[in-house]
Amino acid sequence: MKMINEQELHSDRAPGVKSWLRSGEPLIWLNGAAVSVSVIAVMGLLLLLAVRGLSHFWPADVLAVTVSYQDQSRELLGEVVEEVEVVGTQLEGAGIELQGPGPFYQRTLLKQGNRDFLGTDFTWLINEQFGERRFPSDALVIERLEWGDFYGYLRGVSRFNTPEVTVAEEGPELTWQALQELIAETDAVREQIRQIERVEIGAINYELERLRLRERELEMDGALDAAAQADLASLRAEQEARFRVLQEELYVLYDSIKDHSYSAELADGRVVTLPIAKVVRAYQPNAMSIPAKVGLYFERLWEFLSAEPREANTEGGIFPAMFGTVLMVILMSIIVTPFGVVAAVYLREYASQGFITRTIRIAVNNLAGVPSIVYGVFGLGFFIYFVGGELDQLFFPAALPRPTFGTPGLMWASLTLALLTLPVVIVATEEGLSRIPKSLREGSLALGATRAETLWRVVLPMASPAMMTGLILAVARAAGEVAPLMLVGVVKLAPTLPLDGNYPYLHLDQKFMHLGFHIYDVGFQSPNVEAARPLVYATALLLVLIIALLNLAAVSLRNRLRERYKSLEH
Amino acid sequence: MARLSEHVSPFTPRWRHFKDRAATVAVTAGGSGVLIAILLIFFYLLYEVLPLFSNASMELRASVDSPFGEAPLHLAVEEQTELGFGVFADGTARFFVLDTGELVLSEGLAPELGAVTAVAAEGAEGRLFATAHSSGSISMYSHEYRLTYPGGEQVVTPRIERHYPDLALDFGPVPVVKLAVGDNSEGLVVAVLNQAGELRAQRVNREENFITGAVSLEQEELKIPALGGETAAFHIDENLDWLFRVDKAGGFTVLNLRQRDSNGYLQVVSQGELFTGGGRLSTSTMLLGGISLLAASDRGELAQFFMVRDGEGGNYLQRIREFDTGGVVVSELVTEQRRKGFLALGRDGELQIYHTTSHRRLLSQDALPLGAGAAAISPRADALVYVDSNGDLRSWRIHNEHPDISWSALWNKVWYESYDEPAYVWQSSSADTDFEPKYSFAPLAFGTLKAAFYTMMIAAPLAICGAIYTAYFMAAPLRRKIKPMIELMEALPTVILGFLAGLWLAPLIEDKLTAVVTLMLALPVGVLLFAFLWSRLPLSIRSWVPEGWHAAVLIPVVILIGYLSFAANDSFELLLFDGDMRRWITTELGISFDQRNALVVGIAMGMAVIPTIFSIAEDAIFSVPKHLSYGSLALGATPWQTLVGVVIPTASPGIFSGLMIGLGRAVGETMIVLMATGNTPIMDVNIFEGMRTLSANIAVEVPEAEVDSTHYRVLFLAAFVLFMFTFAVNTIAELVRQRLRVKYGSL
Repeated sequence: MKMINEQELHSDRAPGVKSWLRSGEPLIWLNGAAVSVSVIAVMGLLLLLAVRGLSHFWPADVLAVTVSYQDQSRELLGEVVEEVEVVGTQLEGAGIELQGPGPFYQRTLLKQGNRDFLGTDFTWLINEQFGERRFPSDALVIERLEWGDFYGYLRGVSRFNTPEVTVAEEGPELTWQALQELIAETDAVREQIRQIERVEIGAINYELERLRLRERELEMDGALDAAAQADLASLRAEQEARFRVLQEELYVLYDSIKDHSYSAELADGRVVTLPIAKVVRAYQPNAMSIPAKVGLYFERLWEFLSAEPREANTEGGIFPAMFGTVLMVILMSIIVTPFGVVAAVYLREYASQGFITRTIRIAVNNLAGVPSIVYGVFGLGFFIYFVGGELDQLFFPAALPRPTFGTPGLMWASLTLALLTLPVVIVATEEGLSRIPKSLREGSLALGATRAETLWRVVLPMASPAMMTGLILAVARAAGEVAPLMLVGVVKLAPTLPLDGNYPYLHLDQKFMHLGFHIYDVGFQSPNVEAARPLVYATALLLVLIIALLNLAAVSLRNRLRERYKSLEH
Repeated sequence: MARLSEHVSPFTPRWRHFKDRAATVAVTAGGSGVLIAILLIFFYLLYEVLPLFSNASMELRASVDSPFGEAPLHLAVEEQTELGFGVFADGTARFFVLDTGELVLSEGLAPELGAVTAVAAEGAEGRLFATAHSSGSISMYSHEYRLTYPGGEQVVTPRIERHYPDLALDFGPVPVVKLAVGDNSEGLVVAVLNQAGELRAQRVNREENFITGAVSLEQEELKIPALGGETAAFHIDENLDWLFRVDKAGGFTVLNLRQRDSNGYLQVVSQGELFTGGGRLSTSTMLLGGISLLAASDRGELAQFFMVRDGEGGNYLQRIREFDTGGVVVSELVTEQRRKGFLALGRDGELQIYHTTSHRRLLSQDALPLGAGAAAISPRADALVYVDSNGDLRSWRIHNEHPDISWSALWNKVWYESYDEPAYVWQSSSADTDFEPKYSFAPLAFGTLKAAFYTMMIAAPLAICGAIYTAYFMAAPLRRKIKPMIELMEALPTVILGFLAGLWLAPLIEDKLTAVVTLMLALPVGVLLFAFLWSRLPLSIRSWVPEGWHAAVLIPVVILIGYLSFAANDSFELLLFDGDMRRWITTELGISFDQRNALVVGIAMGMAVIPTIFSIAEDAIFSVPKHLSYGSLALGATPWQTLVGVVIPTASPGIFSGLMIGLGRAVGETMIVLMATGNTPIMDVNIFEGMRTLSANIAVEVPEAEVDSTHYRVLFLAAFVLFMFTFAVNTIAELVRQRLRVKYGSL
């Protein structure tokens, strides 16, 4: 657009301040600034997530430092989380005596770990109290199943309560090797234990519960005679016998790892002995080369994606949350697609454009604008308590008073989100249908096809990319929606996945974990927010990536669709 | 089209025709399904909400003629409404089957003390009661029940338990005609009126030895000063602080049970007339919780009173609200045991049900067979039992599920118990059973609008200015990049925005508040300065940047201004606010500062709303027919004049529509407010304090609300209010947009 007035064009001399102001130019710049600010906000936000989320997995160097304050000094060991500048008066206000000239001071947040010995994982330090910063190559970091990370110096390794190797005698190299071997051994046993506990004993419990329900059903039908009882008892005995065998196996496995330990020296000189059974991984970051660190980085990243959460969700992975999100979204797609497409076809192909279609369009727009929490409340009241309660009365009376479908669960969550995303699919499909040239439909009808055949053979195939677009957008919306799910089926920790090896394999009545809720829960309801924060960033980044990818896929599909039919539009 | 297919149909086999028809039916049904879905949401929410506003009803349950021969002095019903309980003048306590009058258990109450002359229950909620015997002695009991299920059937076994068996409370020798008793963990206060018209009281302090756990009781006489008039009624409050005494003429005196005057008499705290209409006292009682006094006059007045602090360390009895009895003279008041409601029995057999907090009359029925007698309500408030002076037993079923809500209590100020003035309060639950739930939507609606307001303050200028620039000034290649990028923001899950706002932005703003304020001021100034300098640059340099790329040029400028603001934060803070702006705000300006405040919510929710407004407004401006602006430019207007004079007026309905939809989104957003505010339901416009919105409130409280309880339905009502609000906003926006489409079509 033309923005330079004539005068400007013809003279190289700039106009005066007054005429510059009158030209409206400053306001144009201000409007431009609004766009810049928005763009910077989006990019900054993504950048923030990426940096914070991805840096968490990097094995940072471990700092050893002596902190002296008022004739006292203590030794600390840990990772530097952040360094900030503060005004001296704020520190003095907190009763700290400062030495430096001020007015600004550097503070460091140190992750010192060892919650079992020190009480807190994190500590704020004032840099001016630091002695020399050292990065000892034998500094050891151990990720544990309990009490968070351990920081210290390895002193020895014991197998079955008898010292096997010590740094003092065999040297650090051998001790380190022995530790790694023992961790690997223990890890293998732990995996076996997990397999037995989760899969095999889980299946037995599930089977026992089904037997209980069958007994109750028979009892309610009045068919629980002696034969049926004996039958049930024998089935139960069989399961219980299997259970006892497995339990024996478990005892043996537990015994085989419980007496391995390692001893290590803390920064303050205490030497402690800790069980290896609780160790996830040990490494010495200060001694690692860059390729080794990169390897560990990806190992930890993979653990994050594939493992189950530990320590009240503040450590470990997010696999169940990812799995739950994906499963819920798939179910939702199966429900929403047919309804959305049919509604769009009705609006575009069948209904006469008049009052009714206008009303329906307003209804669709309203559905899109209704706050998601209202869907949640509706889902809870209508689907769960009303429909679910009725279903329980009709089909699962044996399990009552424990509700089967009359409680939040996967099916209701999918259904609620299907309702929520319905307008997205309708709008996208309608847009696709409107782009199909009329001539194509007329051609099909002229060749003798019925309206249904035209729809099925000509219109819908051509509109399929639009439907896909709608579906992808719906999936993106559903994957990020949290508020309604909090009411209709998401929990902070689900003991089992809703899809497993027990009949009927897909458990629609189960509660599940969800990435978005995971972020809320870990970030805001967790006992140790500071420790969990990097994990929340990583989870948020993952969620953003999934949703951004889905959206980009939708955009590119839409563009391809437009290209494809451009030639048909004459 | 339709006609075409019909012409073809004679040549198609029947099943093809059938398939076609079936498809039509199915598609039409599916299309209408959308309409049905939205109607279903509407009607379901309405269905859950409506019982809140329905009135009470009652029906006769049983009627037994004269099983007792006289009216009891005290009547009660147990939880399961199977058994009734009465204390009779002959000194017996009898449990009887409610529906038949059949006696289950009869027990004499301390027969050695003589016949019973008066009975008083301790509070509305308990089963504890005190009896005065003809000897002038007081003894205390409770009626207790045990539930067993032998053979699957429920059996209620009653018993009488004596309390304070070793305590000798003697007000003799003049017989007691009326008594009041207050009992809590610190002790017991008993007040009596004897036949001589004398009011006397005793306090028993309970002290527990921490080591042995032994309880020692210490008794003292409370000397009551001479009070004018003839005592008609007296009550003791729950905390054993006050003795309310009412004389027959309706004058009241409040005595402080904890303070004496110089002569050792209880101090008179407050005196006055109960009734404005000048009637005499008909009846009075304490409401559940032992804080409020209910009193009725013989001229049909009925009012609630409680003690209020006067701000100077004193207390006075305040008339809180009066109830419109419609001229009925109330002769007996029966308070509910779990809610702040009560039943009023009229002199001529009328029955009315009221609730104090919601200030509602839920039922008013005439001509029931009620007369002078004893009445009791069941603990669940679902049954009324009445024994008249002939000893005839009547019981009614009462359906009164949700008395505690009214439209005015939801939106107006309500004077809650123990508050010094009427207030808007949302406080839905507490550990106590005699707690008065405070369901005021005002703070929640206020919080919602506050959040939406600050959101729009941040989002509207950015989104609309951005839309204007993108649609009208921006170069086409850049526009193709920028628009999808800002729209991508819309897909950003709000849980992520909320998490960043709560855990990253809120501490950042708290820490670098000066920088944030500086940035907001410096940004427009800096951009204008840059623009001015840019215009001073020689044309040869300016022409490096093609037209419509201002935004791209500005990106480094904005980043630089932002960086400088934050870098200078500490210096500015030291210079202007003595090193701590947050403290300066609190101490110098007297504004309280929460870390998670409205500013944080505004920025975070602004991020969520900007793309919505931007996208719609941009579309509207971009689709203004080009010949309009060309015409204007051809007539010599500058681009800015064309924009302001031609383009924006034409596109304004679209911009308005975008703003409305953005507002709808801001109002309904849950996760961001949930995570980025402290969720305290306060009413304060202060940008540095938090709020609690309707949506966040639902998310927090629904999982804990008992299904179909008042609380649950009130939360559904909150959802319904949100639904209706967004419905209205979206419908207006959609209608405006449809009109706009027609308008563009005609241009």
